[in-house]
This record gives sequence, structure tokens and C-alpha cells, in this order.
Amino acid sequence: MYPLDRRYSRDHEWAKDENDGTFLIGITDYAQEHLGDIVFLELPRVGASLNQMEKLGEVESVKSVSDIFSPISGEIVEVNQIVVDSPEIVNEDPYDQGWLVRVNPSQPAEIDDLMTAADYESFLESLG
Amino acid sequence: MKRTSLFQSHVSIGAQMLPFAGWEMPIQYSGILAEAKAVRFAAGIFDVSHMGRVEITGRDAAKFIDRLVTGDVLKMVVGRARYTIICNEAGGIIDDTIVYRLDEERFLMVPNASNADEVLAWLNHWKDTWGSQIELNVITEETALIALQGPLAKEILQPICSVDMSDVRPFRCVQGQISGVTAIICRTGYTGEDGFEIVIPSESAALIWKSFMDGGAIPCGLGARDVLRLEAGLLLHGSDMDSSVTPLEVGLERYVNWGQGEFMGLPALQESKSIGLSKALVGFRLVERGVPRHGYHIVNEHEAIGTVTSGTYSPTLDMGIGLGYVSLEFSTLGTRIAIDIRGRLAEAEVTAIPFYSRKR
Repeated sequence: MYPLDRRYSRDHEWAKDENDGTFLIGITDYAQEHLGDIVFLELPRVGASLNQMEKLGEVESVKSVSDIFSPISGEIVEVNQIVVDSPEIVNEDPYDQGWLVRVNPSQPAEIDDLMTAADYESFLESLG
Repeated sequence: MKRTSLFQSHVSIGAQMLPFAGWEMPIQYSGILAEAKAVRFAAGIFDVSHMGRVEITGRDAAKFIDRLVTGDVLKMVVGRARYTIICNEAGGIIDDTIVYRLDEERFLMVPNASNADEVLAWLNHWKDTWGSQIELNVITEETALIALQGPLAKEILQPICSVDMSDVRPFRCVQGQISGVTAIICRTGYTGEDGFEIVIPSESAALIWKSFMDGGAIPCGLGARDVLRLEAGLLLHGSDMDSSVTPLEVGLERYVNWGQGEFMGLPALQESKSIGLSKALVGFRLVERGVPRHGYHIVNEHEAIGTVTSGTYSPTLDMGIGLGYVSLEFSTLGTRIAIDIRGRLAEAEVTAIPFYSRKR
């Protein structure tokens, strides 16, 4: 159910190795489902550096606002302008078109700290 | 936690249920934006059975209600509905409500869910104190309340309704049958659109709900309801007002009957009017991106000048909108203010309410 080609955080972000030295970061289907209709995304500028689990930005839905945390450390090399202009794409397609930022990781091994798809699913079950 | 008679109908179509004012209520079904859009452009149905329903009957009924609300009840003819305010002795707002005159000596009052018990206690207290010849009959459990709202509401209701709705104008009510079920049908609502609020026996609620869905109405939750009422500039008791403020401070003076007669809180309101206001509830819109929310600070030159009482993203206007109290000097239309959105100051402007009015 959850894509196997990436890893997941306990805060419901995902990170995917693009095999070109960069990672894409987004939020999970569970996250978008719980937020409901997303209306704004507050994302960092290209060039910003973030540590793992540092606040990456904010996602505003009609219902609520939540922080997004960076699942890995690195420098922002691209922001997905499509979701900034049309945030509903994160609701519709959180794993593909709905990615948020592209990161040049400073410590790629951090990806191993994150959960596999199977672990993330068990984690969600434990949340009830 | 209480459940309405439509609980199974909600769960069976995948509603997200959350506690609200002691009731387990649907917050959303397909999504708040899609539901709000349905009400603006087609029709939606809301289960609002959690709201209070008190029948007030008897010889003194009109006089009794007239003494307890800020509006004129004596002049209401049978079949009229009136939005009005229940104040305490100090002019503070206990609740806002709609009163329906069903017969000469029979009224229906619909208080907010969170205030239903307090309003009933207040009514009972004054009934006893004044020795009024009335009866109070709570029909919240035995009935359901469904709101059918939107430009297509009448087209959906009419084919299954025994009464010609062309004769029932806004703020009128009538008794009739819907799909053969006895109903009180009121042309009122809380969305800024044309529509109806319908009281039916609990056991028939699921049938009527389904009839409206079959007619094309989209089920809508309390999330969409809050967005729609705020766009329409309608206040929510408990968020935008409570017993610490008067109708004057919240901009509802037009519902205060300054003329003949007396009602609870009138002397205090007269005094407050002669002294003048120090703060006022204003509407504002963000002129940059962001969503204002309840509790955020309203700021001028980095100094807090008020608090947001309601805020949302408005899908109809595609901007952040809200209500909040500011000191009087900042209440003029067009005044530039800022909203402290989690540490970021978003520029905003004091705006006329309603934010949205339907075309008539």
C-alpha cells in the first residue's frame, strides 16, 4: 500500500533516493488524509540548509496547520513550484506529483534511520 | 457522547466523526472544499440535530419570549421566523437563536447545541419567577433537524413536499409533509444561501436524509458549515461572542428593539450605548497568503491590539478571512492590521461583513 521505493518518518514525511545524488521529500497519504483539503504550503527557499528533523515548513489545510519536518539533513536544491501554486495536488498525489522539495543530502546514511514501508504501516496501525 | 438519529447514515457513507458540544458529529464527508462548493453552486444537506429545540406553548408564550429576547416577538405573525438574541441582565449574550411562530400560542426556539441546557435553565427560571402561563417542551431527542442549503435547495425539496415553497419566503416557516412525513419547514439557514431547516420525527430522519441525497444534495459536515457561515458573516456563539459581550460590541445592534417595550438586558444596553463602545468585532481579510485561526493575535506595529475569534481559508473568495475584536480606533473599514500567524505577521485589512453575499 505504501510505496517501497522510499523511507518514512514518524511525523509522516517520506524521503526518496533519486539515485542522482538528491532526495525528494514529501508527506504521506496518511498525513494528507488527516489534514484534509490543503490550501497553502510554506516551504524553504532554494539554498536553505536543514538538519534532520528540523522544521522544513508548514502545511495549512482548511481544518488545521501542521509543521513539516525534514526527514534528512541537507541543502534545498529545488522547491516543487507546482504544489506551491496548486496545493491540492498534495492531496491528490502525495507520492509522485505532490513532492515538496529536492534535497542534496549532507549525510545520506541518515536514510537508514527512517522506517521502511512495512515498518511505517505497522507504525500507523499502532496509532489506531 | 450523544449521537443523532442520523449517526448510521453518516458512518455508512464514510463521514469523519468528531466530538462537538457533547455530540458525535460529522466533520466532513468528501472534503470541506467540495462540500462548501456544493452549497454555493448546487445544494448540500447538514445534520444539525445537535442544536436545541424547545417548544414554548401557552397563553403567555409570545409575551414570555418577547421579554427574554432583544427582538420584537409580539409583532411576529404565525409563520414568521426571527433571528434574535438572548441577553442576561447585564446585556451579555447568553445565546443567539431563531424563534419560529408556529401558531398563535406555539413557538419553536432553536438554541446552539453548546448552550441548549443553559438556555433551557434560563427559560425555566423566568417561567417560575414570573409565573408565566407557558409550557416548555424539549423536543431535541424525539426530532431531527436537517438543513438543506444552496441555490438548488428548493428544486430538491419541492417535488417531495406537500406545500408550495414559492409561498414560503425567507424567514418564514410552515407545517407540511415531506415524503409523507410530518415536518416543520423553515426557510432559514446558516450558510448565506437560500435553503431550509427542517424538523422531522427522529425515526423518519434517515428516510428524509436519503430523499434529499437522491434529489442530488451533497452531505456536508460541520467543517464546511463553519467555512460557509463565516463567509456569510454569521457569528458563532462560544467563538465570536459570549456572555462577556453585548450585541452592540459584536455588531448586532440591528437586532436590538430599542422601541416600545422592555426585555432582559435593555437597561444595560441603553447605558452601554450612551457610554459608547471601547472595542468592536470586525471582519478582516488577509492581503497575503495565510489562514487566520481562532486565538491568533491581531497586531498593529508589533503590538497586540486584539484576538482572532474565527478564521478560515475562504474557498469562495480564495483568501484568508476572519473575525476578531479590536479597540475601536482600529475598527474603521480599510484599516491595515496584521495577523500573527505562528510568528509570521500577515498583512490584513478590516473589511465589511458579510464577506460573501449571494446574488439575488
